[in-house]
Order: sequence, then structure tokens, then C-alpha cells
Amino acid sequence: MVSEVKTISGRGIPLMGNDIDTDRIIPARFLRCVTFDGLGAQVFADDRAQANGQHPFDLPHYQEAEILVVNANFGCGSSREHAPQALAKWGVRAIVGESFAEIFFGNCLAMGIPCVTADFATVKQLQTILSDNPQASISIDLETMQVRCGDFFAPISISEGARKMLINGTWDACGQLVSHANQIRATASSLPYIQWSKGKG
Amino acid sequence: MSKGTLFDKVWDAHTVGILPSGQTQLFIGLHLIHEVTSPQAFAMLRDRNLKVLFPERTIATVDHIVPTTNQARPFVDDLAEEMMQALEQSCKEHGITFYNIGSGNQGIVHVIAPELGLTQPGMTIACGDSHTSTHGAFGSIAFGIGTSQVRDVLASQTLALSKLKVRRIEINGALRPGVYAKDVILHIIRKLGVKGGVGYAYEYAGTAIGQMNMEERMTICNMSIEGGARCGYVNPDSVTFEYLKGREFAPQGADWDKAVDWWNSIASDPDAEYDDVVVFDAAEIAPTVTWGITPGQGIGVDEKVPVPEELPEEERAIAAEAYEYMDVKPGTPLQGTKVDVCFIGSCTNGRISDLREAAKFARGRHVAEGVKAFVVPGSERVKKEAEAEGLHEVFQAAGFEWREPGCSMCLAMNPDKLQGRQISASSSNRNFKGRQGSASGRTLLMSPAMVVAAAVTGRVTDVRELL
Repeated sequence: MVSEVKTISGRGIPLMGNDIDTDRIIPARFLRCVTFDGLGAQVFADDRAQANGQHPFDLPHYQEAEILVVNANFGCGSSREHAPQALAKWGVRAIVGESFAEIFFGNCLAMGIPCVTADFATVKQLQTILSDNPQASISIDLETMQVRCGDFFAPISISEGARKMLINGTWDACGQLVSHANQIRATASSLPYIQWSKGKG
Repeated sequence: MSKGTLFDKVWDAHTVGILPSGQTQLFIGLHLIHEVTSPQAFAMLRDRNLKVLFPERTIATVDHIVPTTNQARPFVDDLAEEMMQALEQSCKEHGITFYNIGSGNQGIVHVIAPELGLTQPGMTIACGDSHTSTHGAFGSIAFGIGTSQVRDVLASQTLALSKLKVRRIEINGALRPGVYAKDVILHIIRKLGVKGGVGYAYEYAGTAIGQMNMEERMTICNMSIEGGARCGYVNPDSVTFEYLKGREFAPQGADWDKAVDWWNSIASDPDAEYDDVVVFDAAEIAPTVTWGITPGQGIGVDEKVPVPEELPEEERAIAAEAYEYMDVKPGTPLQGTKVDVCFIGSCTNGRISDLREAAKFARGRHVAEGVKAFVVPGSERVKKEAEAEGLHEVFQAAGFEWREPGCSMCLAMNPDKLQGRQISASSSNRNFKGRQGSASGRTLLMSPAMVVAAAVTGRVTDVRELL
């Protein structure tokens, strides 16, 4: 089930704007569901409706894209994992941006989607290349920590913990966490409030 | 790196171990779940043949999808009904306590856990909802998580996390009349920005915070995430203990004294070291209203919408987007803007003290013609308490609708929605594009008292004129 995420290459899709929140990525009405299936069609639903077919997610030449290039504070707001799930179901496998909101970053990591950061100039350059030439190939490499797009390349960053989880294939932490049941019980029994709560309420 | 803060102490006490990635495996003392972000997590458990490790440490309620008018089952909305049934079934299957509609304890998850005494100092608290930061008001480390992480907590009662830095935010002095906790947090976000808190836990301190009651502190901590900080907290003190004493899940008898000793011990040391410290003067804070599409785009109600030249360069693009979406003109006052809908409620401002304060301004006044105004108590308990005090009659006499508890129009996953380009004066926490259920709807965030001022005048109004 878990796989190593070291390099991701493919086509890219630029999406301009700071502070793009998770309500915009997937409006709340689409959260009325008990599975994540089908969210791909609804990603950016309201923004796309208002852009009359001109939203990058609707443009024919970005339909095969797998690497999303965004600006600052992408994914802010609600903790809904429906947001990265919707992006992933649409086809996104990695995101490059100036910065990410923390919960969104964590949700992506738990799904094996790297959110790597690059400086303002790099992101601008990537978005320009992908706007001018949607067929340009783009790749991110978590071992060399570089992004390449056409002839352009630049350094990228991600926290060391996240990088290790992705390249070692341990980004789905569940199995690892569950395997420490004894230590978990030991920590629980060392916490005073665990005893108090027994038999109360 | 911070040292000796509540954040450091609570983090250390809950550390199970360090994972090969370098992340901490952190024990979660209290896990709260609701109908929106948990069904997929239970499905993941089933797929992996995993059980819930500590079912007694997870508590469930239903809030986001519940209608605030007709709550009869089955719900009119089939999808909402399906989510409701999924939660009921999962709780039953895994032995999880569920506070359902009509239990007397149902409500917005961040309202009910404190009122039941489940939220306590020194705990780690997680919930699949970004406003989990609310619980930090008690001196707990509380943060929002996604569905895969809900799965991890159900299966292991732990999470893989990286430690945060700690920024102390001091608010010193006394707030001026007509200025509330909501104004304080909107002011902080305005000044520090919507991403200023990324990578930080916020410790709120200073004399103004010390003087606040628990519900005001919850309002402050609630919106930490709007400033980018995944969690925010206030050190526990006598106000905290007084609030907790006697509540259902609070320690009792001899355990109470032990608890108070421990709670005092986990507060930040006087010589604690912080990664950053920011100080604000309470007297400089005015009733604050947002004019744009991020919670950081706020101004004092007596100020004008900023012109691009006044803003830092990196904020000008989002400001331009906001001028257009909101249809506001830079350099003009927001005061006097006509509003269509007035909403009092949410995990930010749907508690009893919020309703009491709002009722003070509603008493003897009436909602302006053409304005739809409604009050949604944060929980069944808040509703009951408010009705016992006659607050519902005050609101109804003033022309407000009095509703059943739920998240309502804060995020509009239920029938409560804006229509078209309507403008709402809202006591909730987010003014994002489309947030309140209409793709072109507009939201002005403000305190409950300011919402009443807007409702009775039909326009954005400085509540101090009504004092």
C-alpha cells in the first residue's frame, strides 16, 4: 500500500494567487458525502464556474497535469482532507508553492503528496514557463531537492521529517504508529488525567 | 527554540517516542469527532482491519450538517441523513460515546467538549476540524487534523507530528467599551497576517487575557488557525479552574486537588523562553470588521478600507481580488454598508455569554426592514440556558429567528445559506469567497454585539453608538 515518493515528473499546471483556501478548493456543499470518490470533478467548482472555462483546471492543455504550481499560503482555512483528496482525484501528485498552510501540508503528506516550497522568483518562473508552454515537462526530485522545468532548475525545500517519510515510503504513518502499542499504553498511564477520568462523568 | 512553556511541557509529557523520520509520536488525550471528517476514517480502519485503540478517549457529536429549523429524522437532505447514519453506526460498532440530537448534550463540537468538562488543561486534543484550537483556552494543546490523521488517532491514539515554535502574544491593559474578544483576535490577525502563525503555537497572555472569562478566551483561541497558527492557548489559572469545577467530566473529590496542582505545574514558567514575543495595547483595539476575503483583511469600524499603497506589496494582489469580489472601494468607510443577513452563532461566538451580550443590544430594538437575522445557539445546553434566562424572547421580540443548535451559516453545509450576492454581518470565523453557501455571497466578520448593531440599523454600525 505504501510506496516511496522520490521523484515526480510530468506536466504542470499553474494556479495563481495567494491565500487560496480549502473552501475554494472544495466548497462545503461537496463535503456531504461518506467517501472521497467523485471529488475530482468538483475541485475548485465555484472558481471554475465563474471563470467560464478559462480556469486552469478546465483548460484542455492542462488536463494531463500532475504537478500543481501555486503561490503563498495555499490550502489555508478548513482542515478538510477533502481538499487534497479532490486535487489528487483530479490528477495532482505533487505541489510546488511559495508556502502552504500547515494542516493542508499534513493532509497531503499523509496521502503521499509532497508539498515543496520554492522562493517567489522560482515559483513565478515556473508559472510563466507553464503558462507559455503547457507541454513543458516538470519534475521535482526529493533526493537532490530540485525542481526542473524545461531548461530551468532551482532548489526546493520541505521539512526533513516529511522528506524522509516520502522517500522512505513511510508517509502513511498508521502502521508504524499502531506497532508501538506498548509504548503508547505506557505514555497513557504516565499521564495523570488518564487516571482521573476513570469512573467519572 | 522555546523552553519551559506550557507547549513544551505538554508536548514532552505526551511524547511516545521519536519516529525514524525524526517526527514525534504524540499521544492524544482527547479525540473529538463529527459527521463530516470521520466516515472515511472509519472506512479506512475497516479496510485495514484495525480497531479503535482507546474508544473511551473519543467523543462524537453531530454539528456541521444539522438543520437548525426542522431536525426531524430522516433529514430532508438525503446526503446529510446518510452521513448521520454513518456516524451513528460507526460509534455503535466501536463503542464510542455519541451525543446525538435530543441528548441534551449535542452541539458544535468545540462548544460541547468544554461545557461537559471534557476539555482540560495539560491535555493534547485533536479533532478533524481546524477550529479545534478553541480548546487551547484551557491550557491544552489542541489542533485540527485531516481524515487520514483521524484514522491514525482512532487506531493508535497518537499522531506523527513535528514540534511547533512558540510565539507569545501579550495583550496588555483594558479593552474599551464595545470592544470584545472577537475584536482582539481580528486585530491580532490583521497585524500578524493570515500566514504569520504558520509553524507556531500561539500563547495568548497579558493582563487583558487574564481578565477574560473562559468563553472569551475560547473566542480568541478559536481563530488562531485564521492567523495560520494550528494551535493557540492560554495558561490555566483560577478562571480556568473555576469554570471546570463541578462539570461532568472534571475530576472530583481528592482528584480535583491533584488536578489543580498538576494544571498549575504545566503552565509556562515565569522565565520560559519563546521563539518570538509580540505585544499589543488593548486600549488601541477598536470594534473590528473585515472588509475582504481573508480574516486578515480587517479594519476598525471607524476606519476606511485601505488603499493599495497602504498595504505591503505582497498583500496587494489579494486586496485587489477582495475589492472586486466584495464590491468595496478602497479609501471609503465600511460603516454604513447595507447588510442583508445577520448571523449570530458558530464555534467562535455561539456560547451563552455571546448570546447574553447580543441580547443586551437587541432588547427594546428591532431588526431593520428587509434584513434577515437569526440566532443559532452553539449547543443544546446553551439553548436551554438561554431560554431559561428568557433571551430567546428578547431576540424574537426584536425580530430575530431563534434556531436549533448547529454550525449553521458559518459554513453552510446545511440549509442555512446566503443567496446570490447577499452580504452578511456574521459572528463566525471565515469570510472566504463562497464560504456562507453562495458562490458570490459576501461575509463581514464582527463581534455578536456588532452583528446586532448591523441588524437593527440595516447597515454596518459602530456598536459604541448603541452603548
